[in-house]
Amino acid sequence: MTDKERQELLQRLLEKQKDGGLKPADRYEIPPQDMPEQDPVERARNVNEVATGYTETHARLEALRCLQCKTAPCIKGCPVKIKIQDFIAAVSEGDFKKALTIIKENSLLPAVCGRVCPQEVQCQQTCTVGLKFKDPTKAVSIGRLERFVADLDQEEIIPTVAPNTGMKVAIIGSGPGGIVAAADTRRAGHDVTLFEAFHKTGGVLVYGIPEFRLPKSIVQKEIDVLTKMGVKIVCNFVVGRTRTIEQLMKEDGFDAVYIGVGAGLPRFMGIEGESLVGVYSANEYLTRANLMKAYDFGSGADTPIARSQKVAVTGGGNVAMDSARTAVRLGAEKVYLVYRRTEKEMPARIEEVHHAKQEGVEFHILQSPKRVIGDENSHVTAIECLKYRLGEPDESGRRRPIPIEGSEFQIDVDTVIIAIGNIANPLIRQTTPGLEFNKWGNIVVDENCKTSLEGVYAGGDIVSGAATVILAMGQGRIAASAMNKYLAEKSDCNKPC
Amino acid sequence: MPHKIVSKRRLSEDVFTAEIEARLVAQARKPGQFVIVSLNNEYGERIPLTIADAEPKRGTIRLIWQRVGKTTAELADMQAGDEIANVTGPLGKPTHVENFGTVVCVGGGIGNAPLLPIAKALKKAGNKIISILGARNKELIILEDEFAAICDELIITTDDGSYGRKALVTEPLEEVCRRDNKPDQVVAIGPAIMMKFCCEVTKKFNIPTQVSLNTIMVDGTGMCGGCRVEIDGQAKFVCVDSPEFDGHKVNFDLMIKRLNAYKDQEQEAYEQYNEHRCKIGLDKRNAE
Ligand code: FES
Repeated sequence: MTDKERQELLQRLLEKQKDGGLKPADRYEIPPQDMPEQDPVERARNVNEVATGYTETHARLEALRCLQCKTAPCIKGCPVKIKIQDFIAAVSEGDFKKALTIIKENSLLPAVCGRVCPQEVQCQQTCTVGLKFKDPTKAVSIGRLERFVADLDQEEIIPTVAPNTGMKVAIIGSGPGGIVAAADTRRAGHDVTLFEAFHKTGGVLVYGIPEFRLPKSIVQKEIDVLTKMGVKIVCNFVVGRTRTIEQLMKEDGFDAVYIGVGAGLPRFMGIEGESLVGVYSANEYLTRANLMKAYDFGSGADTPIARSQKVAVTGGGNVAMDSARTAVRLGAEKVYLVYRRTEKEMPARIEEVHHAKQEGVEFHILQSPKRVIGDENSHVTAIECLKYRLGEPDESGRRRPIPIEGSEFQIDVDTVIIAIGNIANPLIRQTTPGLEFNKWGNIVVDENCKTSLEGVYAGGDIVSGAATVILAMGQGRIAASAMNKYLAEKSDCNKPC
Repeated sequence: MPHKIVSKRRLSEDVFTAEIEARLVAQARKPGQFVIVSLNNEYGERIPLTIADAEPKRGTIRLIWQRVGKTTAELADMQAGDEIANVTGPLGKPTHVENFGTVVCVGGGIGNAPLLPIAKALKKAGNKIISILGARNKELIILEDEFAAICDELIITTDDGSYGRKALVTEPLEEVCRRDNKPDQVVAIGPAIMMKFCCEVTKKFNIPTQVSLNTIMVDGTGMCGGCRVEIDGQAKFVCVDSPEFDGHKVNFDLMIKRLNAYKDQEQEAYEQYNEHRCKIGLDKRNAE
């Protein structure tokens, strides 16, 4: 559809709506609006954002596809319960400011969520339009609309901050959960300090998710809002090493602490050759490429990264896709994605799988490395893989991969990236007596994100193992409201009666 | 938050020391720990450096580093009053210190820097300290006086015989191990190859040997795994699980290979920097 056709269609629809409304049948006929993107060949050579965003016409047309269901099944799928049908109605009317206000009632970082939320398994999974077409990709593109509205938000709205309460809050980790928790506790008038171990704030949003999926400037904008609200930011601060939680509370006067330190240690496969030169965890590969800007090595950046010709990425999640697509951009000739099950079982978003393929990543499904082979200099030269077939479903509901004996074969590569998840970082555990952990090393919390220590709350990956950005934000919000309540009671007690 | 360099000095041709402001690190730091330093927020690389000493009251730490690549060279070109963009720490697990009896502290080259606070702590815990310090030549022996002040016995070796004994550190180490009152513990810190050979010696005598590993790092908090080494066939993260390990279990050969992973790129960056400093006359300034 050309721009002109799109505009004409929108005009016709709006007139029809004025004349007596659009019937569901009319709405079903509106073609789903694809996201405009950079050309795959072009973008494989740059780090700019792949999806360039809806125009106003795209957005209003897409919004008109929404049936405005009374039951709003989409909201049930949203972890933070954004009033989805209301904001979409505002978009269709062209009142984008109103749309944003509605979104912001529940979500703090719409520009981020609109980009990285897995809408197809959340709000869009239950969308009536998608169900009608029996195709989740034909659901109303709630995420794209959210992003469109958020990106229009040029004038920064700085939330109002309540008068000073005299209470001090420490937020540990400046990832999505920490950002939300910091904003919400600061709004209540507390003196909030946000601690970050890296030299830059944003957590996984800046070290993990690549620029081409989530531009750093968008995250920085959110951080700037925090600063303007009066949140103090301290980088290069490793809680448990620079100061312990106990010290923060007993010596530094913090009344409440939120722990949002993220995932922690990368998981390796435990196979032979995994420490050879050229084997990376996805965390390391992405951190070098993203946060440290290794793509500019030699023209400014000081952090090197492998100059790879042939790369194998193992895993099937978003992080695996991000790693593979980063390798493409760093100039690898061949990038293979090796996964034990089939594409159907991949935890990655359909969109990311699609993008990876468009950019030339070759999928090797039903295969998994058995060992990594190196030369006399301990440099990777190949991986030896086993072929797999699918058996009965396991506890996760996905069919279990079963290795086929004797099916070994080799793929020549010089770089291997392991993207099979993380395990909990033991640092807080080792340095915080009295804090309760489960057997996987994750912090135990109640429904208010409260831990076993008074005044200490936690959320995100350190609690749930592997969560999504939006879930971490949701927990940051829950924890903040519990902290605000706790601090209000505490300050009441402190008042002379 | 930038960290001011209070004072800076050259210890030998390529080894420098600086006292820098880092109040929280100075308060928290224990022997065996290190910091991660980067010189530029946007583009700087993150490198681990040993904390050689700290003045908690003054809020300063002392770093010692060897000029081997771009960042260490850039750091060497900085002067008192200049600011280091980022200093994170203290990182790593502190050294386990107890009264073992007699401890041999073996330091190679720049390894004397991390070794010194450990030797001091061991002395304080009541150990008898025998130190063996080695380097290629006299010029490169650092911190001799500081060691002399705390050691019960001090042996110096140089490869070229320009100072002390003409030998590798492993020679006197073997002799000390042969003594009737065999040492109870050995701590060896230096180039990977030196630690490897020290461990081969002490293994023969069955003397527990602690080494401190200086791998490539990114975050220093356990998040990337880039610092991993093979201990007894298992991957361990240097920044979380130590830097100290049972030397008899370390796969030094693999560690040496991993240390050289970016050799070509590091060389390019270093050359680029040297060209740049010639152009802007930094080389002259530093020669003064
Ligand atoms: S430096 Fe990243 S895990 Fe140790």
